[in-house]
Amino acid sequence: MQRQDPLQSPFVPFSPNPSLQQGTPTATAPLKHSLTASQSSNLRYSSSRKSIYDRHLNRTQRSELSKSSFAFLFGEMVQYAQKRVSGIQDLEKKSATPSFVPTHVSPAGPRHLKSLSEAIHSLTPRRLNLHGYTIGQRLLELLLWRDGRSAKRETRILGILQFITTTLYRSIFNKPADALEKSRDNEDEYMLIDNDPMVSSYISIPKEMSQLNCAAFVAGIIEAVLDGCLFPSRVTAHSVPTEQFPGKTVFLIKFDESVLEREAVL
Amino acid sequence: MSFYFAIVGTKDNPLYEAEFGTSKQGGDGVARFREEQRPMNQFIVHSSLDIIEEVQWASSTMYMKCVDRFNNLFVSCFLTAGNIKFLLLHDTKADDAIRQFFTDVYELYAKTLMNPFYEIDMKVTSIVFDSRVRGAAKKYL
Repeated sequence: MQRQDPLQSPFVPFSPNPSLQQGTPTATAPLKHSLTASQSSNLRYSSSRKSIYDRHLNRTQRSELSKSSFAFLFGEMVQYAQKRVSGIQDLEKKSATPSFVPTHVSPAGPRHLKSLSEAIHSLTPRRLNLHGYTIGQRLLELLLWRDGRSAKRETRILGILQFITTTLYRSIFNKPADALEKSRDNEDEYMLIDNDPMVSSYISIPKEMSQLNCAAFVAGIIEAVLDGCLFPSRVTAHSVPTEQFPGKTVFLIKFDESVLEREAVL
Repeated sequence: MSFYFAIVGTKDNPLYEAEFGTSKQGGDGVARFREEQRPMNQFIVHSSLDIIEEVQWASSTMYMKCVDRFNNLFVSCFLTAGNIKFLLLHDTKADDAIRQFFTDVYELYAKTLMNPFYEIDMKVTSIVFDSRVRGAAKKYL
């Protein structure tokens, strides 16, 4: 069977590619046509011939993912983030990322780039953060939709932080975060503490990369949720190992000035 | 009764728009806006964004009912958690029906967002989305 010309196809299940869907959407429902036209070789159709809109947003009771397969996938993601530093351009991107490292977490103070290899190490969390960011953006709307009529937008700092530590954390990791603290030194900083982050439970960091914390991925999720609710902030993950919890991670949340100004008015 | 519906993104950029009429009381679901009224609709709807920005911090509900009116036209708004605005221009008050309509559209939007190739503030061009929104309008409005 011949492969169908994508431009001729009237039914594109969930591709946002504007070149495939020209003009404004119309009320025509060309689903019937697609049922005859779709072939098993055509990758744009799912096997069930259903679009993303036919699927349910509610997950079934106790549907959980295998931790080992997640760990494997996540390990690959970390490697992917590490490998893809091609050169000077990526180095420049570094300047857009925050240079602050809280002094109480890292006694070494702010880092300075010395070599490319060091840049690779410092870029990895940023990339993991971006991976998490796209997930957080989606989770926010999904969780609120699942709340149904009782869903409410969070308008206060404490409200949104509560939402993250309980609702969000519970939905991803099946447990609330271990603690939420306000920084004593800075008005705009909050710390969310996870004694044993699930994502890095199978990851051991080599000595020369001690700055790296793979929970940057989770920091990205948190940052996306905060940004989405109009609490622009920077979220970074820092390892604070203790006797009892060697993998203890502190997510440092630093809010933008505008958030504090608004909070003062409310 | 005619309706004009628009989804506005986080940067006040339009993501989707549609016009439809009522399907209740024997309506045929076709919008009957005069030709010169149609660009005004967009104008009226988008001018309510300022008001939404003011009231969105005062309450934490997502469905904000009627936020603005212009002559005999009302603008109702539904604000999602990610600050995406659903705006509906209508000429009769029907809070409950509009809430149900918005809830259905919210589900559709959340599904759109589940697509890994869709990013926030991208135009929603899916034909399936469009037909589902019209279906929801037919059901409730």
